[in-house]
Amino acid sequence: MSGHTSTYEPTSRWGKWFDERLPIARVMHGQFVDFPTPRNLNYLWTFGGILTFILGAQIITGVVLAMHYQPSAAGAFDSIEQIRRDVNYGWMIRNFHAVGASMFFFAVYIHIFRGLYYGSYKAPREVLWILGVIIMLLMMATAFMGYSLPWGQMSFWGVTVITNLFSALDTIINGLGTAIVEWLWGGYSVSGTTLNRFFSLHYLLPFVLAGVVGLHLWALHTAGQNNPTGLDLKEPSDSVPMHPYATSKDAVGLFAFLILFAWFVFFVPDYLGHADNYIEANPLVTPPHIVPEWYFLPFYAILRSFTSTFLWVIPLGQYAKLCGVLAMFSAVLIIAFVPWLDTSRVRSSKYRPIFKWFFWFFVFTCLALGYLGSMPAEGVYVMWAQIFTVCYFLFFLVAMPIIGLIETPKKLPRSITDSVLGGSTAMPNGAAASPEKR
Amino acid sequence: MSSDAIEPDRRDFLVLVGNAFAAVGAASLLWPFIQQMNPDASTKALSSIDVDLAPVKEGQAITVMWRGKPVFVRNRTKSEIESAVKVDVKNLPDGLARNENLPDEDPATDANRTMKGHENWIIIIGICTHLGCIPKGQALGDERGEFGGWFCPCHGSQYDTAGRIRKGPAPRNMEVPPYAFTSDSKIKIG
Repeated sequence: MSGHTSTYEPTSRWGKWFDERLPIARVMHGQFVDFPTPRNLNYLWTFGGILTFILGAQIITGVVLAMHYQPSAAGAFDSIEQIRRDVNYGWMIRNFHAVGASMFFFAVYIHIFRGLYYGSYKAPREVLWILGVIIMLLMMATAFMGYSLPWGQMSFWGVTVITNLFSALDTIINGLGTAIVEWLWGGYSVSGTTLNRFFSLHYLLPFVLAGVVGLHLWALHTAGQNNPTGLDLKEPSDSVPMHPYATSKDAVGLFAFLILFAWFVFFVPDYLGHADNYIEANPLVTPPHIVPEWYFLPFYAILRSFTSTFLWVIPLGQYAKLCGVLAMFSAVLIIAFVPWLDTSRVRSSKYRPIFKWFFWFFVFTCLALGYLGSMPAEGVYVMWAQIFTVCYFLFFLVAMPIIGLIETPKKLPRSITDSVLGGSTAMPNGAAASPEKR
Repeated sequence: MSSDAIEPDRRDFLVLVGNAFAAVGAASLLWPFIQQMNPDASTKALSSIDVDLAPVKEGQAITVMWRGKPVFVRNRTKSEIESAVKVDVKNLPDGLARNENLPDEDPATDANRTMKGHENWIIIIGICTHLGCIPKGQALGDERGEFGGWFCPCHGSQYDTAGRIRKGPAPRNMEVPPYAFTSDSKIKIG
């Protein structure tokens, strides 16, 4: 709510003196204490706060790890083992950081699916949504480079496979792709030089990320939060002050999430990783089965699904690799266009009987692609990956625009207050509840 | 006033030239910061190696490192050579020789993938042209795919006994590095 003005009034003399010179407390109070928050937010809305917390935690644990880590081909692998075994509490801080990356993606995927389900990308929140996609891209780049740092077999071959994606450009302009890849590597293959620059960028990007998160919040507080009904705030009773209502709900959500986080850190810290990454990088031996971290699997499945013959009949020949690379990047970028692909005037899927089913089928598609990405690229897995890749893109390019045009939405409640209290707010408290009028 | 706004005057010209100068200056300063990421002098200096082929018997293969990349050297059997020779180049996914010792446009015949007089030796950079994995097929027990050459475990690309892509997502034949026979049983790569 851009119109919201802070009710902050400094009480002490010093507070007044400072407020006249730098009104930071006034701004913070206006944005994070008495900011009007929809009264009907459910627990899915606590993931924004959870994600902010994880970003902070990743930066703190990362800075600490960088005090002990050696970014060189000779020292990297051993220094990680040293952190795990010798550094005081290094095992714990390292697990916080490694598990934290997985938790970050777990939370961000829920956050994105929540936005898709409740139409949080629709006007006036398009810029907010696009900033979110940029955040996801930055997260992916950061996580990818972070995973290379332990310099195990999966680190090394993951970097090899992903940087080699750019060599697909050789099919358009001969030599361009190779030039880009050698530029990224700083050599003719992935080497310690590559590791060094990845470390530098892995340290930089989280701060860029924090900056974009700031913009994301600014856009959020300009448009105001969406809510499960998708309705705008119309009357004062539609909202509650952020503190203590939303903040306490966020705290409950955060603590529940931290229980899961702690369970992974203390009981199964390596469950989400790969055993191969405890073998030091060897440029002469490719592990029999290269898989990225779980959070990249759906995109990896899309990349691999493009073989020389796509879906039994489409011949791609030597363009298969280029198509796979383009499809993988498109799979992320297409999300940025969702505000314009969805033609429905209703935000929340709660009131969209047809779209709701397609949404859940899309969730299933993503999970299926994730499973297929973890399987070897052969036989029936390739066929299913191709089918679900098509489903993934059809959801955005066909289902979203068409359903919005043909679907008759359910009747919306008059206001957020009505949806919460069921019926008219004009009814006196304690009056017999009448069925919702629709 | 209105004519001032339409007619560009000397000040407009100076602003334009000044900004253009600053833009060119900024762009040229950017170049060193991009160029520093390219392979450095010490990396480029490791350019050539000598390999002794005498210990590699027929049917065996060795892998050597050149510029940080594995190079496959295989002493092919008669049947492996025959199966590579009889392939029609027209039916190959990638019809080009990809041999650094030959012109770019030469076709991918078995003769163009090997060295005249040394047709039993196939020498290629052992990196799958799909996404850079090391294909299997060097060790005797390895899976070699349908065409008896190499099989990439990452995404299932299959190469024949001349290192040419036959099936799977890889777009190109494995590359033949620049090399020369310095004697009957010795080569220099690079």
